[in-house]
Amino acid sequence: MSANRKTVIILIGAALVMLGLGFASKPLYDTFCRVTGFGGTPKIAEANNSEVIDRTVRVYFDANTAPDLPWKFEPEQRYMDIQLGRSGLAYYNVKNDSPVSLVGTATFNVTPIKAAPYFIKTECFCFQEQRVEPGQEISMPVLFFVEPLMNGEARLDDVREITLSYTFFRVENPIQDTHAAQGRDALN
Amino acid sequence: MVAVYGDDHVDSGRPGFFTRWFYSTNHKDIGTLYLVFAIISGLIGGYLSLMMRLELAEPGVQIFESEHQYNVFISMHGLIMIFFMVMPALIGGFGNWFVPIMIGAPDMAFPRMNNLSFWLLPVALVCLLISFFVQGDASGNGFGGGWVMYPPLSTSGSPGPAFDFVIIGLLAAGFSSIFGAINFITTILNMRAPGMTMHKMPLFAWGVLVTAFLLLLALPVLAASLFMLFTDRIPGGTGFFDPAMGGDPVMFQHLFWFFGHPEVYIMILPAFGIISHVVSTFSRKPIFGYLGMAYAMVAIGVVGFIVWAHHMYTVGMNVNLKAYFMAATLVIAVPTGIKIFSWLATMWGGSIRFTIPMLWAQAFIFLFVIGGVTGVVLANAGVDSALHDTYYVVAHFHYVLSMGAVFGIFCGFYYWFGKMSGLQYNKWLATIHFWFSFVGVNLIFFPQHFLGMQGMPRRYIDYPDAFSLWNKVSSYGSYVTLIGTLFFFVMLIEAYISRRRVSDNYWGEGATTLEWTLSSPPPFHQFDTLPRIGRDDHH
Repeated sequence: MSANRKTVIILIGAALVMLGLGFASKPLYDTFCRVTGFGGTPKIAEANNSEVIDRTVRVYFDANTAPDLPWKFEPEQRYMDIQLGRSGLAYYNVKNDSPVSLVGTATFNVTPIKAAPYFIKTECFCFQEQRVEPGQEISMPVLFFVEPLMNGEARLDDVREITLSYTFFRVENPIQDTHAAQGRDALN
Repeated sequence: MVAVYGDDHVDSGRPGFFTRWFYSTNHKDIGTLYLVFAIISGLIGGYLSLMMRLELAEPGVQIFESEHQYNVFISMHGLIMIFFMVMPALIGGFGNWFVPIMIGAPDMAFPRMNNLSFWLLPVALVCLLISFFVQGDASGNGFGGGWVMYPPLSTSGSPGPAFDFVIIGLLAAGFSSIFGAINFITTILNMRAPGMTMHKMPLFAWGVLVTAFLLLLALPVLAASLFMLFTDRIPGGTGFFDPAMGGDPVMFQHLFWFFGHPEVYIMILPAFGIISHVVSTFSRKPIFGYLGMAYAMVAIGVVGFIVWAHHMYTVGMNVNLKAYFMAATLVIAVPTGIKIFSWLATMWGGSIRFTIPMLWAQAFIFLFVIGGVTGVVLANAGVDSALHDTYYVVAHFHYVLSMGAVFGIFCGFYYWFGKMSGLQYNKWLATIHFWFSFVGVNLIFFPQHFLGMQGMPRRYIDYPDAFSLWNKVSSYGSYVTLIGTLFFFVMLIEAYISRRRVSDNYWGEGATTLEWTLSSPPPFHQFDTLPRIGRDDHH
């Protein structure tokens, strides 16, 4: 094999690896954010087994909808004061103002970003796609807690408030087993 | 000195016109094609920017039919100047012409691939120009989402075919550059003349080598993100960057700037190489700190890959992450400083001649330092939160590109024009071109620092009256630059009409690289006898 051929094979290989990494960045980025709580992605847990400690944060609730989704979506409470480790239950109201049945899915984010790894959801309407019938109004639960380990981190000492934000997007091609949005009784 | 036995005027094997220019595999002919192409693209890109300055000369909307049309002009100005003017001139043009000669090689490693690299570019440019005339979004023709092409403006925000043409054009230009990069790396690594070790290689070849590695590693990422944009744009297609489908628009920004930041070094490193040769030639001294100069470029290239998010401080980033990107960005000032001080040290105590290329080189150093200093200001995340997307940023990157890269191009052009064409230009016309350009571009961009500090955002067709003074001055600057550019063409025409011949080494003592051992212009095929580089030769 000539020197030129060898060099060119290595170089084309390098270009192809970078092309592949470009595409692979998507799943890598998602996984990274979900695992580390990076960039304000809150974590998800099965249950809250942490002890309750004597530090309180105020959790604010925020709601948005994409422009092409004619839903009225707002939190039932503006904020909630909660001790670290204690489970909080908040409700969001959604009303479908359009004459057709629509399916939406909510993305979520937590600010300040550095608090996101300690903000943990055990139950949330955002875990599934939600179908809302025309004119229907439902109240949807979020069950969450703030990990008490947050108290051990000096750089989170200044965190007094945490904002949980949702944005509902329209789902054009809903998956088959989408169930109707569940109301207040979902957790019982 | 180097011993070379040229093949002056024996049968050069030069083919006929059509074969020579359209089937071209000769590195010098392809270099010429690249330079001509860059001049044409420069005229198109320059026309777009002149229209923008005419529009911004006064508050209100005068020249353009719509805001969208203005946005199309700024987007296309950026893309055309970067991909079709600066890169073809510095890498394709001077790189093709002089890298093989400087390292003592007969041609590029893969001449046919070289031909492919060039001819992809006109195709790409035609695609970009078509996008002007087809539907972009509801408000008009063309793509107006900026050269950065952020979704959702480039996906659901531009449903028409205009942006698809931009994608196809950029993919073609990107693959052209990837092929070119493979060609340059192979040539430089495998085809150096005997005795031409890596540590004896001229700095321009070093600059092109580092640039080629950046191209090879950065452009595939751009290609991947363009593919993803393309499939995101298909109705019912993918949702890589669509939050409704679980995607993330910020990820596009990460991918784009992972390409975009090395891209700015791609545009400046070959110019660094040219400036080194010119400063050394006209100080009649070897370059100060040769190895430091070479490895400073390598360092800039490596660090350039890990600083991309300083373009995105305002996306809502973790403060620790900002601190990292800030520190990494500031570190780049160190190798850049090594280069600046080594140029100054080369001139120090040298026997300086203020020839035309030396004027451009000195102006380059002066203006690049200004652009570099504002870059250090912008690297600070806290300051950038205030200055992000203001005219301060516009002033910064035009100081390093419009005055850094472009002055590097003109510097190389006036340095090598005699070597490439065999002709002497009129020094008086060239001097006028230089001074009008120097005064003009400073008049355009220096006031934009003030506008940015006052908070004028970029990418708007209109502005409040309070900004009118410095905008007017800036527009006058563009007219002055236009006059300078006209003198460039007058200079070119005059040189080809009067046909004054130049000697082999018309710069005399100080010009020590291999191209000066050949005739002007060099024979169609050079180095019938391989040059041998002695132990003590230096470049």
